[in-house]
Amino acid sequence: MDKIFRFLFGNRSTPPEKVMDTANTAPLTEEQLKAIVNSQNMQFDLQQLISAAGQSVGKQRDLNEDSLLAITTTMAGNSGNLPFGLYIVADGMGGHQFGEVASNAAVRTVAGYILKKFQPYLFQIKVETMEESFQEIMSGAVSEAQRIIQREAPGSGTTLTAALVLGQQITVAHVGDSRASFIYPDGRLETVTRDHSLVQRLQELGHITAEEAENYPHRNVLYKALGQGDILDPEIFTLAFPQPGTLMICSDGLWGVVAEQDIVRAVNEAPSLQRACQNLVAAANMAGGPDNISVVLAQLIG
Amino acid sequence: MGSVYRARDMHFPNVTKLVAVKEMINSAPDPLVRETIVQNFEREANLLATLHHPSIPKIYDYFSLESRSYLVLEFIHGKDMEAVINETNGFLPEEQILTWAIDLCDVLDYLHKHKPDPIIFRDMKPSNVMINSSGDIMLVDFGIAKAFQSGIKGTMIGTEGYSPPEQYRGEATQAADIYSLGATLHHALTRRDPRLEPPFSFAERPIRRINPAVSPEMETIVNRALEYDPENRFKSASEMRDALVSIARKTGILVRMGPKTGPIKSEGIKPLWKFKCEDEIRGTPTIHQGALYIGSYDHNLYALDAAEGKFQWKYPTDGGIVSRPLVVEGNIFVGSEDQRLHVVSARSGKVVWTYYTDAPVRSSPTVAEGHIFFGSDDRYLHAVNINSGRMAWRFESADAIRSTPFVMSEMVYFGCESGDYYAVSFRGEMKWRFRAKRAITASTTGTGQAIYFTSVDNTLYALDPRNGWVLWRFRLGKSSISTPCIADDLIIVGAADGFIYAVEAKSAKEVWRFRTDHQVNGSAVIYKDSLYCGSVDGNLYCLEYRTGRLRWKFGTEGAITGTPLVYDDVVYIGSTDHHVYALLA
Repeated sequence: MDKIFRFLFGNRSTPPEKVMDTANTAPLTEEQLKAIVNSQNMQFDLQQLISAAGQSVGKQRDLNEDSLLAITTTMAGNSGNLPFGLYIVADGMGGHQFGEVASNAAVRTVAGYILKKFQPYLFQIKVETMEESFQEIMSGAVSEAQRIIQREAPGSGTTLTAALVLGQQITVAHVGDSRASFIYPDGRLETVTRDHSLVQRLQELGHITAEEAENYPHRNVLYKALGQGDILDPEIFTLAFPQPGTLMICSDGLWGVVAEQDIVRAVNEAPSLQRACQNLVAAANMAGGPDNISVVLAQLIG
Repeated sequence: MGSVYRARDMHFPNVTKLVAVKEMINSAPDPLVRETIVQNFEREANLLATLHHPSIPKIYDYFSLESRSYLVLEFIHGKDMEAVINETNGFLPEEQILTWAIDLCDVLDYLHKHKPDPIIFRDMKPSNVMINSSGDIMLVDFGIAKAFQSGIKGTMIGTEGYSPPEQYRGEATQAADIYSLGATLHHALTRRDPRLEPPFSFAERPIRRINPAVSPEMETIVNRALEYDPENRFKSASEMRDALVSIARKTGILVRMGPKTGPIKSEGIKPLWKFKCEDEIRGTPTIHQGALYIGSYDHNLYALDAAEGKFQWKYPTDGGIVSRPLVVEGNIFVGSEDQRLHVVSARSGKVVWTYYTDAPVRSSPTVAEGHIFFGSDDRYLHAVNINSGRMAWRFESADAIRSTPFVMSEMVYFGCESGDYYAVSFRGEMKWRFRAKRAITASTTGTGQAIYFTSVDNTLYALDPRNGWVLWRFRLGKSSISTPCIADDLIIVGAADGFIYAVEAKSAKEVWRFRTDHQVNGSAVIYKDSLYCGSVDGNLYCLEYRTGRLRWKFGTEGAITGTPLVYDDVVYIGSTDHHVYALLA
C-alpha cells in the first residue's frame, strides 16, 4: 500500500514523523554549509543579458508621445562571451508639435546609428578592436538624432535616455527627465541620470527642498531636450552593470507617479522581468495614469 | 522662425543706402492665432519707432504681405558678439568687455526708464549684441517676448543659459535683464558658453579661475549681477553702470593691469634633507623599512636612510637606472640599461642574482603570484620566478616595452613603443590586443571596471579590461608618457603640453587642469587631499586634488621626470640636478 502511495504522490507522502527523529543530528561544518550555499547559487558559465519592456498611453491622454526600444543579444563561443544590448526610452514633449514624431525619430535614429557602428565588429570577423570609443559613438548617435528631429519636426523636442550594454559596461546617453536607475536586490534604487528639469536644478542649487519640489508649480519645465536649441550637450557616461541588480529606464509617467519603494518592490518581487514591467505599468495607471508610461528592464545574469 | 535680409533702399536711387529687412513667417493654421502674431509684430514696430538711442537700431518702416511680415531697420555693419568671442583666439581684453558692458548698461537703463511703461529686453545674450565697424554696440532683436505657458511639459523660455531663474517662472523684470547681462559678460570673459552648462551654474565657474587676467573688481560686479535672488543684484542698470565706470576709473581707464600673483608659497619651503648622486635621477624612489631606494644615471642603486638622507650603501650596475626599484621579501629588484634585472639584498646591498635580457631594461618590475613581470627594449615581456631567477615564459610584443606591467585579476596589461597594447594571461597567452596610433610608454592603472593609459598619440584611453573595447578617449593637448593616477572618481594625468589634467572617470569630462611651465612626464601621486607631481620645469607641485588649486611648489635645479613618493607625511623626489629631496608633505 505504502509503495502505491509513494508511486502516486511521490515524496509528498513521506510521513512527517521522520523529521522529528532527525532533530538531534550533528550541525554542519562551515565547509559543508559553504558548499551547499555555493551549489544553490545561480551560477552560469554563460553570462547573459535578459530584458523586458512595458508601455501604456496612460489614463488621461489620447496620444502616446513616448517611444521605446529594447534589443538584447547574447553571443558566446570559444572566443568569449559578449552580451550586447541597447535600451532606449524617449518622451516627446507635449505642448510642442509632434512630440510623438520627435520621440520616434530619436529612438530609431540612435539605434540605427549605433547598430551600424557595431555591426562590422560584432557580426563580421574583424581582428582589430574598434577605434572609436563607446562614448564617442553615443555622442555621434545623439547628434545625428538632433539633426534628424530638427529636419523632420522642427520645433519639437523629446527626452532621450539610451543605454548601450557591452560586456559588463553600460554607456548611457541622456537628455531630459526620463531616467536610468539601478535597482538592487537589497531594496536600494539608485538613479544614475540627472533630470534636466528646472525643478531638479533648483534643488541641486539648494533653492528648494525635496518636499517643495514635490509640489513645485513648474515641475514639467525642461531646460534641455533633444531637438531644442542650437547646441546640445548630452550627459554621457559609462558604469559597471549592477550585478546582481536590474537596469531600469523609464519615462516620468512612471517615476513621477509611482513611489520609489513601490517600483523597487514591483521589480524585486516579480517572478520575471516581463511580469515586473506589467506590474509597473499597472501601478502607474492605478495611480491615475496622468502621462504616457514607458519602462525597460534589463539584467545581466551569470 | 524668421530671417534677416540685407537690402537696398530704392527711395534713394542715387546713393547706396543699405537697410536690414527682418522677415517673420506666420504659418499658424488658426486665423485667430495668426492675427495675434501680426498684432504682436506691429507692436514691436511701434515700440521701436518710439525709441531713440544710439545703441538701438532705427526703424524705417514695416509692412505685411500675405503670411509674411517685415520690419525695415537700420543696417549695422559688423558682427554679433558671439561671433567675436568665437573668432578670437584666447581671451578678449578686459577693457574691451568693460566698454561694451558700460554701453549695454546705458541702453538697458534707457529701456528700463521708458515712459509710460518700462521695457524689459528679456533676451540679452551675445548673439543679440551687434558690434559695428567702429566698435560700438547695438542691441538687436526686439522680438516680442514669448508668453510663458504653464502646465505644458517642456516649455522653454528665454535663451537657455542666459535667463535668470525667475524668468523660467514667467517673471520678467529689470533684474532679469541685469542677470542676462551678467551672463553675457561671464561668457565674454571666460569663453565658456552657458548654454553648454547646467543653468544657474556660473558660481561653479569663477571667472578668475578660468581667466586670471580679469580684475577682481570686474569679477565682483559680474557675480553680483548673477545673484540668484533678484533682490541681491544691482537695483538698476544705472547702478551697475556706475560700478563698472568706477573700475574703469580706478584702473586709470583701461590701462592694462599688471599680472596678478596669487597667494603662492613658492619660497620658504626647505627640504628636510637632500642627497647628491653622481648623475641625473630620472626614476622614482621606493621606501621599505626606513630605507629609501633609488636608481640614478650614474649606474648605481642607492640605499638611503629615509629619515635623514644618510648614505647606507650603493650597488653598481653597468648602465643607467631609470626604473623604479621593487622590494619583495627583503630583496630589491631593479632593471638597468645594462640589459639586466638585478636582485640585491635590501640589508647588505649584495647581489642575489641577475637576469639577462637582450636590450636595456627601462620598464619597472611588478610582482604577482611568485613571479616578477617586466618589459625590456628587447620587445619581450619577461616573467621570472622570484626565487630561482629563472624565466617562466616570455611574451613577444611588436616593439620595445618601457611601460611597467600592470597586474589585475590574473592578467598582465602593458603597452609598447609601436603603440600596441596587450592583455596577457598569467600563463603568457594573449587575451586581446589594442592599437594606439603611437607609442605607449606610460604604464597602466586600473580598476575592475576600466584600465587607463596614455599614448604619445595625445590621448588618454579608458578600456574595458576584459575585452579591450574602448570606453572613452580624452584628447590631451600634446603627447603623454605620464601614467594616470586614480583619485576617487578622477583620473589625473600629465602631458607634454605642460598641463596636469583631471578627468571624471565615468564621463571623460575635464574637471580641472593645471599649467606647469614645461612637460609633465612623471605621474601624480595622491596623499590625503593633496596631489604631488613633478614637471620638467624643475618644480615639484602640490595641488589640492579635487580642484587643481596650487598649494605650494618646490623648485629644483633640473627637470623632474620621475614620480614622487609620499610616505608618512614626507614627499621624496628625484631630479635631474642629481639630487634626491625629502620634503614635508
